Amino acid sequence: MLHLHTLWFVIIAVLWVGFFVLEGFDFGVGVLHTIVGRTEGERQTAISTIGPWWDGNEVWLIVAGAGTFAAFPAWYATMFSALYLALLLVLAALMARGVALEYTRKSEDPRWRRTWTWCATLGSLLIPLLLGVGLGDLLAGLPINSSHEYTGNFFDLLTPYGLWTGLTLLGLCLLHGATFLKLRTTDQLRERAASLARPLAWAAIALVVGFVIWTRSITAGPDVPDPVEILAVIAVLFAARLATSDHDGWAFTASAIAIAATVGSIFINLSPNVMISSTNAAYNLTVSNAASGGYALKVMTIVTVILFPIVLLYQGWSFHVFRGRLKAPPAAEPPPAPIGAAPPA
Amino acid sequence: MTNDLARWQFATTSIYHFLFVPVTIGLAFLVALLQTAWYRNEKPEYRRLTKFFGTLLVINVAVGVVTGLVQEFEFGMNWSAYSKFVGDVFGAPLAMEGLAAFFLESTFLGLWLFGWGRLPKRVHLACIWLVAAGTMLSAMFILAANSWMQHPVGYALNSHGQPELNNIGALFTNPTFLWGYVHVILASLVTGSLVMLAVSAWYLRKQREVATFAHSARISVIVLLPVILLQMFVGNKLGEIETTYQPAKIAAAEAQWENCQPCSFSAFQIGGGKNDKTPTQVIEIPHLLSVLATGTWNGAVVGLNQLQKEDEKKYGPGNYVPDVFIQYWSMRLMAYLGTLIALLALWGGWLVHKGSLERSKWFLRLSIWAIVTPFLMNTAGWLLTENGRQPWIVQGLMKTINANSPSVTSTDIWISLVAFVAIYIALGAADLTLMLRYSRKGLGDDQEGETDATATPALTY
Repeated sequence: MLHLHTLWFVIIAVLWVGFFVLEGFDFGVGVLHTIVGRTEGERQTAISTIGPWWDGNEVWLIVAGAGTFAAFPAWYATMFSALYLALLLVLAALMARGVALEYTRKSEDPRWRRTWTWCATLGSLLIPLLLGVGLGDLLAGLPINSSHEYTGNFFDLLTPYGLWTGLTLLGLCLLHGATFLKLRTTDQLRERAASLARPLAWAAIALVVGFVIWTRSITAGPDVPDPVEILAVIAVLFAARLATSDHDGWAFTASAIAIAATVGSIFINLSPNVMISSTNAAYNLTVSNAASGGYALKVMTIVTVILFPIVLLYQGWSFHVFRGRLKAPPAAEPPPAPIGAAPPA
Repeated sequence: MTNDLARWQFATTSIYHFLFVPVTIGLAFLVALLQTAWYRNEKPEYRRLTKFFGTLLVINVAVGVVTGLVQEFEFGMNWSAYSKFVGDVFGAPLAMEGLAAFFLESTFLGLWLFGWGRLPKRVHLACIWLVAAGTMLSAMFILAANSWMQHPVGYALNSHGQPELNNIGALFTNPTFLWGYVHVILASLVTGSLVMLAVSAWYLRKQREVATFAHSARISVIVLLPVILLQMFVGNKLGEIETTYQPAKIAAAEAQWENCQPCSFSAFQIGGGKNDKTPTQVIEIPHLLSVLATGTWNGAVVGLNQLQKEDEKKYGPGNYVPDVFIQYWSMRLMAYLGTLIALLALWGGWLVHKGSLERSKWFLRLSIWAIVTPFLMNTAGWLLTENGRQPWIVQGLMKTINANSPSVTSTDIWISLVAFVAIYIALGAADLTLMLRYSRKGLGDDQEGETDATATPALTY
């Protein structure tokens, strides 16, 4: 029989996967838009590819957090207090980036634009990296005592496996951003995105393969990768193969599957635990010992079954409405207050 | 010490967050109204007003959203003992908020901003109404969660002594929630309409775009007047509810140490700091406290001394009296400013009736300055609510002193407090810069179908 707390673990995993698939390309675009865009007009076009969506994409993270609070209060409590300073950095990055995406182009002042562009770029880089470290730590194990309290300090959060997971997710987000830009732009912007996607895909292959091998060595299971891990490797290989082809949609699909399978594999390997204690396996937080009572889970399940399909419908509709490619203004047309850098090609 | 720091941090971040929330809720509604007017009468000035106030809304939403993220994370980061203890009940409305409200708000705001000239007019109008609905839904779930902390319902204690949800409906029929939610929505509409009135009044005083801003000034007064009058009634009713469920909150708000019947209301007091029990009360209005607290002419109010004795008997030794000074003055700040705004609204209503709103120098001058009052009232209201619950974090179930994260040190909280304050100052400065710039910039040009200021000119969606 399916326990509701197992279902909720799956829902939380799906939310994290959805978050990385959707906001993953936002992060990639946030980092890459100043590289693919050489004129102010091009940068503006590149960042506009995520304009109508990024805020809605971020909600997946918020709901993953709030869902954890509701369904697994003990997990939420231990995880958020253990990752304290790391989450502080995540919050700072989320705030700087979120405001930057709205404010950068609300003033022509070059200093204003430069500052906020840095906020958007650095924020987009730091968030997937830090969240990846946090997710990796869940599996690598943190010092947690018998009352589920974290007993380590900030540096204990920097587990080697966690850092590799962070780099892997960052690499995948950059690749995903590049395939997204390639799908959503035209001409030079698209070409530059494609030429970036190539090396990014090679880096992602190395990171994902390393991640899979490392995961096998720290988890109790067999030394053979499970199907989802194999899928992640195949998808990232496909993304590399398709990066410079004309199949923009397929390249994006491949990077989406790579990121989904990688994040999904973390939760598959974690289950039935939700946080592993490096102090003593008996202190692990598990799907059953961290969960809310049956009534709360039942209510949440009913609400989710009703609302989630509606959310998917209107979010999907929004993707449909703005599906067209964006064309950068011709380089001859002087963009409003260009930010230094290279002159228009 | 750690606990105090965690409290300072929560107070700082939530008060700051709530400077932006009511502007968002109020302005989203008003922008939707303006766009509806344009949809119906097709006059270009309403479209220009919609875009103008829509831009102010977006500038404000940006900071409101990101500071809301901090609130969401903070329960787990700073208050893990609380989160673990109450997550079964308290987590549910938070998760529902995300699913029901945040997705709605953010997706349709994106559609609205980038959908000018792209979506059919009727659909585009529906988008802004869905944004407005999303903001109000979000407040609903948060107020349901907060009201549970004020007056816990719909739960039973399990074998570990922890509250477990057993009736979700009770959270949404909780009298503290029903009146508290209406109170917050009305406060947001007061805030939004005062912001719109102040900006419009500034243009009217400068003789710029008079014909257009006369419309928005009129609309803001028409919204403000009934809302502020209703608010005085609702606020009073909420006081009665709190007298029933949280008597110390209201007794402290009146510095009422002794039992009384009938009870008078003091306009001011001198002293009363550090829970000094003998302040000098100035201008006592007989029977008014009885009316405010119980809704009857001769109602009895139990004083703090007796409440303290009763609570000690029930919960063991300890101090069960909230900080009286904060209670007393936040209540008065809110009530007095509310009264002044009601008078301003009545005056404005009369001017609208006479058709001379845009020419009344003194009304417009005062309206510009009135923009600071909603922020003071909103902050005072939350201070009254949250400080009045102390020493409890959940009334009668858990004390604040036991609620912070055991594994988080004072150093951690110092670091995060300093970081948040620094970031909030920077965000506040950026927000204010843009708000002032776009408020003064004037209305956009008159062409239909051009993209919003946030969208780039060359977008070919």
